[in-house]
Parts: sequence; C-alpha cells; structure tokens
Amino acid sequence: MENVIEVSGLSKSFGATQALDKLDLTVRAGEVHGFLGPNGAGKTTTIRILLGLLRADSGSAVLLGGDPWHDAVELHRRLVYVPGDVTLWPTLTGGEIIDLLSRLRGDIDEARRAHLLERFDLDPTKKARSYSKGNRQKVALIAALASDAELLLLDEPTAGLDPLMEAEFRKAVGEMKLAGRTLLLSSHILGEVEAVCDRVSIIRNGHNVETGTLTELRHLTRTSVTAEIAQPVPDLGDLPGVHNAQLNGSEIRCEVDPDQLNDVLRRLTEAGVRSLTSHPPTLEELFLRHYGEQPGEAER
Amino acid sequence: MTSLTGTRALLRLMLRRDRVRLPAWVLGITLMVVGTASSFAELFPTVDDRTKFAAGVAGNAGFRAIYGPLYSDSLGGLTAWRIGAAAAVYAALMSLLLIVRHTRAEEEAGRSELLGATVVGRHAGLAAALINLGITNFAVALLVTLGLVGTGLPAGGSLAFGLALGLVGCVFGAVAATTSQIATTGRGASGLAGSLLGLAYILRITGDAGESPLSWVSPIGWAVQTRMFAGERWWVLALPLALTAVLIPVAFLLVSRRDHGGGLLADRPGRASASPRLRSPLGLAWRLQRGVLLGWTAGLIVAGAAVGAIAKDVGDFGEEIGDILRRFGNSDILTDAYFAGIMRVFALAAGGYLIEAVLRIRTEENELRAEPILSAPVSRWGWAGPHLLVAAGGTGVILVAVGLATGLAHGLRVGDVGGETPPLVGAALLQLPAALTLGGLAFALTGLLPRLAGATWAVFGVVVTLSYIGELLELPEAILYLSPFRHTPQFPLAEVSATPLLILGALAAGLAVIGYVGIRRRDIVSA
Repeated sequence: MENVIEVSGLSKSFGATQALDKLDLTVRAGEVHGFLGPNGAGKTTTIRILLGLLRADSGSAVLLGGDPWHDAVELHRRLVYVPGDVTLWPTLTGGEIIDLLSRLRGDIDEARRAHLLERFDLDPTKKARSYSKGNRQKVALIAALASDAELLLLDEPTAGLDPLMEAEFRKAVGEMKLAGRTLLLSSHILGEVEAVCDRVSIIRNGHNVETGTLTELRHLTRTSVTAEIAQPVPDLGDLPGVHNAQLNGSEIRCEVDPDQLNDVLRRLTEAGVRSLTSHPPTLEELFLRHYGEQPGEAER
Repeated sequence: MTSLTGTRALLRLMLRRDRVRLPAWVLGITLMVVGTASSFAELFPTVDDRTKFAAGVAGNAGFRAIYGPLYSDSLGGLTAWRIGAAAAVYAALMSLLLIVRHTRAEEEAGRSELLGATVVGRHAGLAAALINLGITNFAVALLVTLGLVGTGLPAGGSLAFGLALGLVGCVFGAVAATTSQIATTGRGASGLAGSLLGLAYILRITGDAGESPLSWVSPIGWAVQTRMFAGERWWVLALPLALTAVLIPVAFLLVSRRDHGGGLLADRPGRASASPRLRSPLGLAWRLQRGVLLGWTAGLIVAGAAVGAIAKDVGDFGEEIGDILRRFGNSDILTDAYFAGIMRVFALAAGGYLIEAVLRIRTEENELRAEPILSAPVSRWGWAGPHLLVAAGGTGVILVAVGLATGLAHGLRVGDVGGETPPLVGAALLQLPAALTLGGLAFALTGLLPRLAGATWAVFGVVVTLSYIGELLELPEAILYLSPFRHTPQFPLAEVSATPLLILGALAAGLAVIGYVGIRRRDIVSA
C-alpha cells in the first residue's frame, strides 16, 4: 500500500458555511506530512472526516485502504488521534485516562507508559480538571505515543506545550518516523513543520493551495533580496517579477520571482553592489504569501 | 465598591441568556397556581360542596403528607392546600438552577474567567446572579398575587401566597449560591442544593403527616405555615427572609476566601493508573454515572422510608368510615390508594434520573469527550449503548430501592415486613416501563435531533404537571393519557394488567431504536 491517506474532491458544509471545498490530500506511507492552514481553513474538519466523526457531503476519502465512515471501528485499531483541543473527564486522573484510552485499543505497554510519563514530566495522579491546557495535551499525547498504531493523526499537538516539551515532542516524532509510522501533523508552528515534516500541504478556505516537499514549495516562490547599492535604482519596483520593493537610502529590499532573479541581479550590479544578501523564502513567508492574498477568512 | 464593578453588564448578559427560560418558569408557576384556584371554583361552586370536601380530607394523614394541612375550607384555603407546597418546590428548583447556571457552571466552563479578566469585580458575578434571582422571584410573587386576585380571591391571602413562593425561591437561590462556592462543578453544586431541597420536602411530609414540629425546620414547610387565606401569619415570612439574609453574606465571604475555579474541598491526588474495571466504554459510563445514581438512590430511599413510615396513619380514617370500608371487605383500601399514588410520584422521580442519565450522552458529545472514545476502535453504539444501559439499569435499581425502603418502613410499623415488602417492591417496579419511555424519548432526540435533546425536560415538566394537577384542571382524557404514568397499573390498589406494560415497553424500545439509527447516521458535534 503506497498511500495511507487519499482524499480527493472532498467537500463538507455546515449550514451556509462551506468548510471544505474539493480538498485533495495525499499522505504516503512512512512520511511525516505537515498540514498547514490558517484558523478555520478546514484542517480539523478534514481530520474529523478521516476519523468517521463527520460524514463528507461529496468527494472520496480512503484511509489505510478503507472507508473512514463505514470501516471506522476496524480502521481505528490502526490509528491514534490527538485532538487540538483536548477535553478530558474532569473527575478522572491523567493516569486513568491514559490507561482507559490505551486499553480501548488493546493492552498497554507499562514500560513505555512509564517512560513517556517521565519524559513529558506529567503527574498522573492529578484529576483532569486541575490540569493546565499543556498538561491535558500531554495526557492525549502520551496515550497516543504509547500505542503501536501505524498512523498518527495529530491536530496541533503541541498547542500549549512549553518549549522543552515541544523539543521532546519533536524527538518523539523523529523516533516514530524511524519506526516507519506515518504522521499527519496539522500545525501552526512553522518551525515545527520545517523541522519534522517530509512533505507539506497548505490549505485555505477548505481548498488546497500547495502540496509538496519544502524544497519544491520554495522553488515555486520568491527569493528575498537585500542589497546596499552605490546608485539608486528608482524603477526597480516597476520591473516584472519584483514585489514589495522598499528603498531606504542606499538600502534596497525586495522579493523576486525565480525566473526574474537574473534580470534583477544584473540591474543591481549595474548600479554598483556594496553588499548583498539573499535567502530562499522561509516557510513563514510561504505561509504569509498564501494566506495574505485574500484577507477575510470565513470561520471554521 | 470596586469588587462589584461590572455587575450591571453581567446582569444584562444573564437576562439576555435567560430570556426564554425564566419567563417560561415564571409563567408556568403562575399558571399552575391560578389554574388550580379557578378549577376549584368550578369544582366546588357552593360553600356546602367545599365544606363536605374539606371535612373528607382534613383529618387524613395521607393528604396531610402529600399536600400539607388544610387550614380553611374557603376557595383560597383549598388552593393553598392543594398547590402551595408544590409551587414552592417549583420556585425553589427554578431558583437553584438559575444560580448554579450563572455562577459555578460558568466558572467550570471557563467562561467566567474570560469575563473576570475584563473590568469586572470579584463579587460582580455572584451579585448579578443574586439580583437576577431577586428579579425573577419578584416576578413570581407579583404574577401569582395578581393572578389569584384576578380569580376573585382576597388580596391579603393572594399577596401572602405570592410572597411565600418568592421568598422560598430566594432561600434556595441563596442555598445554591453557597453550595456553588463549596462544590467545584456545576453538577456538584446543583446536586448539593437539590439534596437540601429534597430534604426540606421530606421534612415537610413527615412533619405534616405526624403533626410534629419537623415541618418548621423546612423552608417548604414555612410556605405552608404562612396559612394563606386562613388568617395569614405574616410573621412566618420573616423566616425565609432571615435565612436568605444569612446565606448571602456567607456566599460572598466564601467567594472572597477561595481561588477562581477552586472550591472549599481541595482535590486530593487520585490513582496513578486505572483500576482493571476501567477498560471499556461500559466501565467509563459506570464510572461517570455512578455518583449521580448513588445520590438519587439514597435520596429516594430516605423518601421511601419516610412515606412508608406514615402509611399506617393514612388507613386510620376514623371509626365511622373505617367501619363502612370494613363492610365492603377491604379496610386497607386507603393505604393501598396511598401506596399506588406515591409509587407514581417515585416513578416520576426515577424518570427524572433516567432523563439526566441518558442526556449524559449528549453532554459528553457536546463537551467533546465523545471524540477520544470514538476515535478508538469503538462504534457509535459501543459508545452510547453503555450509557443507556447504566441509565436504564440505574432506574430499575432506584425503583427496587425505593420499593424496599417503603415496604420495610411500613412493614416494621405494622409488624409484617415479609408480607408488606414484596408487593411494594413490585408496585415500584411496575412503573419502570413508563419511566423508560422518558429515557427512550431523550435518546431518540439525542440521536435524531440532538439540538432539541434538552426539550425532554420540557416534556418531563408537562408529564409531572399532568400527574399532579391534570385531573383538577379537568383536562380532556386524551391529554391526560399522554402521560405514560397514566397507563401503568395502580397496584396495589388495582389489578395488574400486562397489556399497558407491554405497550409502554415497546414504545420505549421503539424510541431507543430511533435514537440508535439516528446516532449511527449523523455527524458527531464538533466544537
């Protein structure tokens, strides 16, 4: 089986709100797939459809070779899910919840459980109502990481974790990947996605904007150029393929489309370059570019 | 006073959120009282009718237990006797739910934290809720007074009636304001306040039945002791006023002493790993629901023992009538009628438990706690079914327990435990199919129209009202028969017939199937 998740043309609306609009998503076996999008882009809705909690209006979704709605119970034996907003039973302790969730899948590996509790520094004897957001998140993460599931669906799993715990999480993801497991990681934290993901899908308004490896995505996008030059080039901003040009005395900053980079550099050298830095777009810039185009997001 | 800054804005928010709920409560209570008054006027048009009726009920312990003592055979006196205590319970329930909803439940949900971080004083939330309580109970007092005066009753008694209801409401609102500082969950706070209301009701029953001073310990008893339309004892109204005035400062003091989100009882550490029983959705459902079941069972055991203990007095109807009854060959007919009536009351209470327990499914879903279970290898039915099982089984347990308690208490009193207990356990269990239909309705709505699941409580309110004053209001049979409790056998008064039980059972099962189909087909609620 090549692809663990194959979604095509998936649509879902809640009343008048179109949450997903012909979404495509492919996650290959053994990869860590980043799932990016602004608030309300439809990431959580997609994951809930994959879990069989919601029924899609149209389009197809294949998960681990099965139908997420009809084969939910069988499929859930092979996956774990960490929701973005973890709500727990207030009167149960963290330890009890970890055990319950693990036992629903089969038996629990006590040694691994103990190791994870120590690693994420969680007190399992506290009642869930007294946990902070980060600690609730840890409960769900430990229950997920303690399992042997081949697929992990993680919806903003590090929301609320402190930087130390975030680092632990990244290490754990690396170990999962080495073990050959597949991860779908929805996130806002671009550093996290850059650090751990093999491929990335960016969605907005329930539709995908880009999919590919980070290198592929960068190739499609602009390079940032900052230069100090001897003579001003007042018409630089008017060149085709140059964006957001800013002139500040002798310093010039702009973003350049890949196919125009050569022309721009020639103009700059003609004017006399004193210093020059250029870097490929960070994921943040990719993100902003894709999201910034049309302001005014619909909710959900 | 800066600790009260923002009270006005919070009050406006509360009234906005309650704009349907509170008017419905206030109008419901008013209609219940005024409807009773006007139907008495129709039932007993002449003084002679009323005197005869009053003479029939005045000396009987059973009637005293259920409604309270009858102080006057005037129209107003009969109205106060028949509906006064019940209306006071409704006003108390409305008030305690109001307070918990706006204080502890908000805090538990984390919403008051959001508000508390704005320019809002520490005491503003509680103060706004208490002002809301005052406004609501003032509306009850005003509308009941005007309504009774409108049916032609004397103004003095009408005012006493309205004030008694409003003040009892304030007492239980203040009780809930206090329990909301003690318990850390909304469920816990209303459970604690509700138990105190139940205790007050039982104290009134036993006190009035035995003509002992016990009913003076009960705020519900105070409403009765005001003796509306029977030479009003205005000074009695000072009792609820004083208790409210004591409880409110206590609640404010507790607010000042505790942390946000905290209660008086700190959380102790619990188990580091789950017990072997917590390994399935059924184990979880039992764990989540057992506390509520235990509370209801304990409450109804106390109630059953109380009504069982006074059953013998109900049969003592004076020598004259006793002789007549003996000649007809059944001197126990009054006791039997009493038991048959009381079992329906217990069955209604068990139905209330069942609705609460079944709607737990909806609560779990709404608060996103269904998601972790349903994303494990557990089917929709595998998740909801165990809650239904615990709910239906729990209802059976409650009915058996209340039947046992009633039977044992009565049996001990008349010296025949072995003979009296089994029939009363049977009488309680015979009500199970009727209660189950309410649970079936709650589940059908949860499955099919989840947003309307809470409307089961409105249906329950109608069923309770029909059982309590349906006949008095001379409603058409067709409407009276809408209540499932109208169809169960009135054992031990009447024979048991299986047909209505089977039909009710089938109805409950059918509703459960509708819920099952619905919950398998629909989306699970997301945030």
